[in-house]
Amino acid sequence: MPIAIDLPTIWAFIIAFAIFAYVVMDGFDLGIGILFPAFAEGRERDSAMNSIAPVWDGNETWLVLGGGGLMAAFPMAYGVILSALYTPIIAMLLALIFRGVAFEFRWRDPRHRRYWDTAFTLGSIVAAFAQGITLGGLLQGISVDSRVYSGGWWDWLSPFSLLVGVALVCGYAMLGATWLIMKSEGSLLDHAYRLALRFGVATIVGMAAVSAWTPFLANEYYLRWFAWPQVLFTAQVPLLVAVASVGFFFALRHKRSYWPFLIALGLFALGLVGLGISLFPYVVPRAITIWDAAAPDKSLGFMLVGALIMVPIILIYTGYAYWVFRGKTGHEGYH
Amino acid sequence: MLDALDATILARLQFAFTVSFHFIFPSFSIGLASYLAVLEGLWLWTGRAVYLDLFKYWLKIFALAFGMGVVSGIVMSYQFGTNWSVFSDKVGPVIGPLMAWEVLTAFFLEAGFLGVMLFGMNRVGKGLHFTATLAVAVGTFISAFWILSANSWMQTPAGHAIAANGQFVPVDWIALIFNPSFPYRLVHTVLAAYLTTALVVGGVGAWHLLGGRKTEGTRVMFSMAMGMITVVAPIQILAGDQHGLNTLEHQPVKVMAMEGHFKSHADGAPLVLFGWPDMKEGKVLYDVSVPKLSSLILKHSLDAPLAGLDTVKRSEWPPVPIVFWAFRVMVGLGMLMLLLAGWSVLARARHALYDWPWLHRLALVMGPAGFVAVIAGWVTTEVGRQPYTVHGLLRTVDSVSPLEVPAVATSLLAFICVYFIVFGAGVHYILRLMSHAPQHGERGPDTAVPARAAGITPAPAVAANEGTG
Repeated sequence: MPIAIDLPTIWAFIIAFAIFAYVVMDGFDLGIGILFPAFAEGRERDSAMNSIAPVWDGNETWLVLGGGGLMAAFPMAYGVILSALYTPIIAMLLALIFRGVAFEFRWRDPRHRRYWDTAFTLGSIVAAFAQGITLGGLLQGISVDSRVYSGGWWDWLSPFSLLVGVALVCGYAMLGATWLIMKSEGSLLDHAYRLALRFGVATIVGMAAVSAWTPFLANEYYLRWFAWPQVLFTAQVPLLVAVASVGFFFALRHKRSYWPFLIALGLFALGLVGLGISLFPYVVPRAITIWDAAAPDKSLGFMLVGALIMVPIILIYTGYAYWVFRGKTGHEGYH
Repeated sequence: MLDALDATILARLQFAFTVSFHFIFPSFSIGLASYLAVLEGLWLWTGRAVYLDLFKYWLKIFALAFGMGVVSGIVMSYQFGTNWSVFSDKVGPVIGPLMAWEVLTAFFLEAGFLGVMLFGMNRVGKGLHFTATLAVAVGTFISAFWILSANSWMQTPAGHAIAANGQFVPVDWIALIFNPSFPYRLVHTVLAAYLTTALVVGGVGAWHLLGGRKTEGTRVMFSMAMGMITVVAPIQILAGDQHGLNTLEHQPVKVMAMEGHFKSHADGAPLVLFGWPDMKEGKVLYDVSVPKLSSLILKHSLDAPLAGLDTVKRSEWPPVPIVFWAFRVMVGLGMLMLLLAGWSVLARARHALYDWPWLHRLALVMGPAGFVAVIAGWVTTEVGRQPYTVHGLLRTVDSVSPLEVPAVATSLLAFICVYFIVFGAGVHYILRLMSHAPQHGERGPDTAVPARAAGITPAPAVAANEGTG
């Protein structure tokens, strides 16, 4: 299918990029929250927390860009998707509150540190699970009538959306574990390798299950994946996932520091490509295309100026912030 | 219809609740970020340790307030879609890009440099660290610029057209961004943030002065805060007056509600000081008024005629008592701030700024006054815009998502519970930090390790180390 380079298409890619940046960046710090109970109280937990404390806030900003960008570029889709997936979205927001404040609160209140650690973990798990459900709920379809959502407030609940939720929790845990492999030392490092292996297996199984189920949600997905001749193209995605999986386990076995995280990012990127194959150019499957939902060019153009100037600058100073806090993290904060 | 109305009211309550809670944190952190930049700048310039101590003292508080602002702000960016999907669809092409610019130019700047500001003092040089502090301070201001532009457009829409599909679409971005009420609202709100912060800093200083903890840090921060209030409070009253005149020009119905003018006055309208606006009766009960003063304030003439709500259909009335009283709370607190400013000038002139307990008591009581005034002002302007979301063009009942009542009711309840637990705890922690007077050799958030559970340990060696980085 020919892709015309017009403003809605460009914005679809920018928002896809923002969502990808969010998923992998907040993914690893949510992952650390998910894995938190596995760490010993005291040093292990403090080091794990310190490895993400300076960057989580910037990571979460990509979520605001994804939401804000969607509202600005595809306002109808923003309204329809968010009111259809009301419950998981609200659950995600509340969960993000708990885990966001836990970063500061656990230091401020040693007597109740266990409560805030629990809030950190539960918040991270619920946020990840709700994000997966949101994705699953979107993929399985949303009923739309004259520009507004026309279904009920439990339509999102299905075995498929729950499966995507579980898969995403495992995926974030894998990202968190591989992040810690880069940032930690000693017993925490050994622990991180074991967790990365366990959640790597779970993530790959989850990805396979979601991928195998998706084509059977709707005939259109089936055709997009299996129709001749584009199957020659689409088949590359599962093949690359298989190659990446082998590389992932190889890197873990050889105790590599950076490769496990980079390959985990690659797995998420392949997941995004797969999602693109299933969805594009629809933003609400089978109902709203990016062109149906797009704001006028005058809106998209004005924002594009901002995005073209600011996103590279943002990437530079975000990179700088990561550079400042590079290397292994101690358990005693930054001195 | 009844169900639709109920869902709308619940959605409005939810938005009012979440935005009011959220607004508390930025109105503090905008001012505090600038204060921190001033403190660090003074430290680098003069080399006086007291500025570094104060910087580290307030930085810990900033970290908490900023974190709560971030998480409550993420809620806001999704509330538009979850609860106001029709509004988002119709208005998205106009205010969506403003919010996208806010994220791109402000949020990333703040978030990107916050980590360096909080934890990086000893990782980067002093100059770079100061740059990070400035970046965060500038970021908070840029954020206020864009979000207030979007809000002002909802109050005084300009630079747009309405497309065939019912969407508002941009025609002239400059006219849209710099819509008629925006400059006034920006100045008024940013000054309010500065005042709020100065009042908090002054209140904390006063608390320690009253408790006999007259350390150098306590005195410096009390003096700086009173100085700031002395400069800003009178300017703010002038700015508020100008903002009011702008509202009279563009949203006269809101001013009628603020003033409690149900009836038109052909030759000079009275200023209603107090009373109970009764919307059914269409008059202010038990009113205490000064004849002709309202005309003098709003029209600069004693006998100028002023139209009242009787010239407007009832379906266009905002909820008058809320607007009327919220406005009085804001103005009353503004006057008390002016009193505090004047008193502090007198004390300073008599070299008794740190010695007058009654001045300190007033400063202490006024500590949270900025927050109350900011929320009251916000309620005045937002409730005064009702029954519209986009003034005169899009009604609130036509903006809401097609949600079922239990969905909105459940989420509202969840928000209330979570906010009270989480932000209640947060405010408790902030107050606990404030209850310690700033020490010589104050530690920053970067040393927030389990070891500090034992309490603040102001070892001279620590201070020496931290001074040299």
